[in-house]
Amino acid sequence: MVSPTTERLKPQIDDLIEGRHLGKLHKPTGEKRRAVFRIWRGDDSNGKFVDYPTEVTDGMVVLDAVHQIQAEQANDLAVRWNCKAGKCGSCSAEVNGKPCLMCMTRLDQLNLDMHVTIEPIQTFPLIKDLVADVSWNFEVKKKIKPFKPRKKTAEEEKVGGWRMKQEDIDRVQEFRKCIECFLCQDVCHVLRDHKKHAEFIGPRFLIHVAALEMHPLDTEDRIPELRNNHGIGYCNITKCCTQVCPEHIHITDNGIIPLKERVVDEFYDPLTKLFRIFKPGKGGNSA
Amino acid sequence: MTRAPVSLPQVALPDNQRGFLQTKRTDTWWLFPTITLIYFAIAATYLTWAAWQGEHYWYSGPGGAQYLSPIYSPVLFSDSTRAGAAPVEHSWFGEWPSWLPKLLLGFIPLTPALLILWAPGGFRLTCYYYRGAYYKAFWGDPPNCAVGEPGFRGTRFRGERSLPLVIMNIHRYFLYAVIPFIFILSYDAIISFIFIDPETGSHRFGIGVGSLVITANTVLLASYTFGCHSLRHIIGGKKDCIASSQARLTAYNCVGCFNRWHMQWAWISLFWVGFADLYIRLCSMGIWSDWRIL
Repeated sequence: MVSPTTERLKPQIDDLIEGRHLGKLHKPTGEKRRAVFRIWRGDDSNGKFVDYPTEVTDGMVVLDAVHQIQAEQANDLAVRWNCKAGKCGSCSAEVNGKPCLMCMTRLDQLNLDMHVTIEPIQTFPLIKDLVADVSWNFEVKKKIKPFKPRKKTAEEEKVGGWRMKQEDIDRVQEFRKCIECFLCQDVCHVLRDHKKHAEFIGPRFLIHVAALEMHPLDTEDRIPELRNNHGIGYCNITKCCTQVCPEHIHITDNGIIPLKERVVDEFYDPLTKLFRIFKPGKGGNSA
Repeated sequence: MTRAPVSLPQVALPDNQRGFLQTKRTDTWWLFPTITLIYFAIAATYLTWAAWQGEHYWYSGPGGAQYLSPIYSPVLFSDSTRAGAAPVEHSWFGEWPSWLPKLLLGFIPLTPALLILWAPGGFRLTCYYYRGAYYKAFWGDPPNCAVGEPGFRGTRFRGERSLPLVIMNIHRYFLYAVIPFIFILSYDAIISFIFIDPETGSHRFGIGVGSLVITANTVLLASYTFGCHSLRHIIGGKKDCIASSQARLTAYNCVGCFNRWHMQWAWISLFWVGFADLYIRLCSMGIWSDWRIL
């Protein structure tokens, strides 16, 4: 027996099943047009931009075009990709000079009357063509003190787990949306232009520290390392990391600046230091 | 247990240093930093000029208005010999004292504005939004995202890690200094609605265009100040468990609400503070007439 609700929604359900809802949102014309993609070819020691003209159609993204070129003209073109849905963070590149995910950059956002430049991310060593070696990031992550939760209270032991306020956990949840595409690391001028890889962990790991440091259960103090070893002082808040983040994380406003303020508490503000004498805790801030 | 000192991993980096302003970006990346540069330069020039004038910052007009330019508020000492100066009874400590020079180093005029502007000036100069904006627009550090920087900085870049820019960490102290200004400016806004009858001396409620200009200025400056990143930290952000106090959570959310539009408040309030001064200055000089609405 079909319920009245199902009966009422049947036309919409049929549309969904048949894919007709897509047509209502955006009618693809199916029109083909020619576009030229200027792609970096080469390795760390030597390389050049090569032009690849190809036919593109409505709805394609840059990664589709790269795959088409790879299939039809350049079988040896190296490109890293995985999910094609903006969730794995593999296909980071620079399209017309802007760091972005190739799978999330639609061709109709680009001016196809001019060639489209595609090059690998600039901040890390190049392996081949569009593939950079991002392993430095994984080594940096190992240097950050891991999560160290407080002990459960007697009541929490009884109910079997920690209890936290939703509002407190919401704040750090934003940082956990990171897909590690490393576009923020790529665009950060401290790494990109000033090559401070030995002294600065970059925006990706600053928000990783923020996710740990602001966690309501965490008891570890990472603030001294943040200042002395992780180079937070190098960040001059130009917000480029926030602009390129495909997950729209407010890296600077919600992550880096609050951490900078905690560094001020601990190292630069005599008044806070004075108050902390009377109220010790995790950096004086834990609860 | 002691941990080994942290040292970040080394990496063999590609030699892909781009020259100043070099980029593959095809959009108008230069437009916003250029607008920022021009806007900040004009605003700083006008406000500095206006602060050095020392006159025409008070307007009483034929209708008995009491308009004080926001860049001169509060008036600590008033030099009543200057045209358009605030009445002595409106200054906190009366007439300009003899021990306070009117010229610094013999040629720099010292005005009531210069006695107080260090606080809002320092607050804006060290503001997290302004820092990022003027590092880009004025110092090309970087000129814009993914655009090449001047080559001389290179690996010698120090950011805000050491002098001189480490001093930016003083921002919260400027915040403490400017919060009272919001209350003082609110008082100025209230008295801008009180008109003194020149004949009888009685006080009457009224609304002039100037009242609205001054009130809007106070609202905009308050919105900018109460969206400060440092305030958001002090009021609750420094806690890992903000929600353990409902009052703290409400205050944090409230500041966060202003903070989301911090850049927009910074731009609009900067324009409006200059415009409010200009409005009162031109009225005081007799060039504009304040239109009495009520």
